Amino acid sequence: MPPGAARWTFTEHDARAVTASLQQLLRESHARCALLVDRAGQLVVTVGEAPAHAGFDATAFASLTAADYAANDQLARLLGERDFATLFHQGERESMFLADVARRVILVVLFDTRTTLGLVRLKLRAAVDELTAHFEAMFAPDDAGLPAFLADAASAPTARAVPAAPEAPLLAGAEDEIDRLFA
Amino acid sequence: MINYASREINCKIVYYGPGLGGKTTNLEHVYEKVSPSTRGKLISLATETERTLFFDFLPVDLGQIRGFRTRFHLYTVPGQVYYNASRKLILRGVDGVVFVADSQADRAEANVEAMQNLYDNLAEHGYDLTRLPFVVQYNKRDLPDAAPLDELEAALNPGWEVTDPERMRPADNPFRPGEPLVEQLPTGEWWERAPAFEAVASGGAGVFDTLKAVSKLVVRAIG
Repeated sequence: MPPGAARWTFTEHDARAVTASLQQLLRESHARCALLVDRAGQLVVTVGEAPAHAGFDATAFASLTAADYAANDQLARLLGERDFATLFHQGERESMFLADVARRVILVVLFDTRTTLGLVRLKLRAAVDELTAHFEAMFAPDDAGLPAFLADAASAPTARAVPAAPEAPLLAGAEDEIDRLFA
Repeated sequence: MINYASREINCKIVYYGPGLGGKTTNLEHVYEKVSPSTRGKLISLATETERTLFFDFLPVDLGQIRGFRTRFHLYTVPGQVYYNASRKLILRGVDGVVFVADSQADRAEANVEAMQNLYDNLAEHGYDLTRLPFVVQYNKRDLPDAAPLDELEAALNPGWEVTDPERMRPADNPFRPGEPLVEQLPTGEWWERAPAFEAVASGGAGVFDTLKAVSKLVVRAIG
């Protein structure tokens, strides 16, 4: 990990654990789709039925979700609150509920008139607790002071499905692509 | 973030600088010139008078690199000090920074203030600008009152002392052959500067040179 940057990795092992929690949430709440977005605005995982709106742009959605959440975090502080743990945006047909997970990622639940805000809110609590435990474990420092996801990736690549260190750098060849794309 | 589950690498590049310096213009030029198949929508959260209120956002897809779909997410911040709270938020999780300076002589103070503000806001996130992929762009070089380049460099990119022993070796500017980026001063200290580019973003000059440089530095930092 280069100094100065806050980089992290999300493994297949993490995806399996997180997806199972999100699938259970969708089953129990009758919501249509759940997304996890990191605080920097990048989509981590999507489970369920993508929004019906034609041309749904998941990348833009993730970026705006993080901005929305970050702005509301600051609003909370101006009111003397640490944060707003959840946010709710109501539409005519589609609504969204956002919740913080371990102050690392944001859980977004999209739902329509097939369910109610009350049911989504109720079922969300258990999912947030499970996800929080998972992300806190991922970022908890080990004996060497490294977050678990880095320590695991270094010591037991197969256990967390992280590919063994490649012979060439991860992004070898990328500079040629940059020259081609930005010619 | 490196997502091994979806085989994606997303890199966040933030364009920072004083108000009306040309940050949004840089993104608009990239949006116009890059093939629509490799870029997403340009999202602008702006005021009625087209001043950036929160940010502009443009995702650009580099394609598959060693099995990973690699994307650059380009962001601008609001230039006006009034919106400092939202500037700070956009820096979260940043992988690379472009500082877009306004070359006009009467913007000298605004440039320096914005650079200091960038250092301060990064520090609040726990980042150190001298250890991040960082490029400076001197925009509006076509205007008659543009300050001389060496004056701008002295004010905005004087460099910093290298403290990491591994970096204490001469390094050429990869983007300007023959020009040093890391050098040993006669006093014995090792000194580093950020790569800098001249630009006229309204016409597109220098926009892709800047973007290529910062994205290559980001890719090298990832490894």
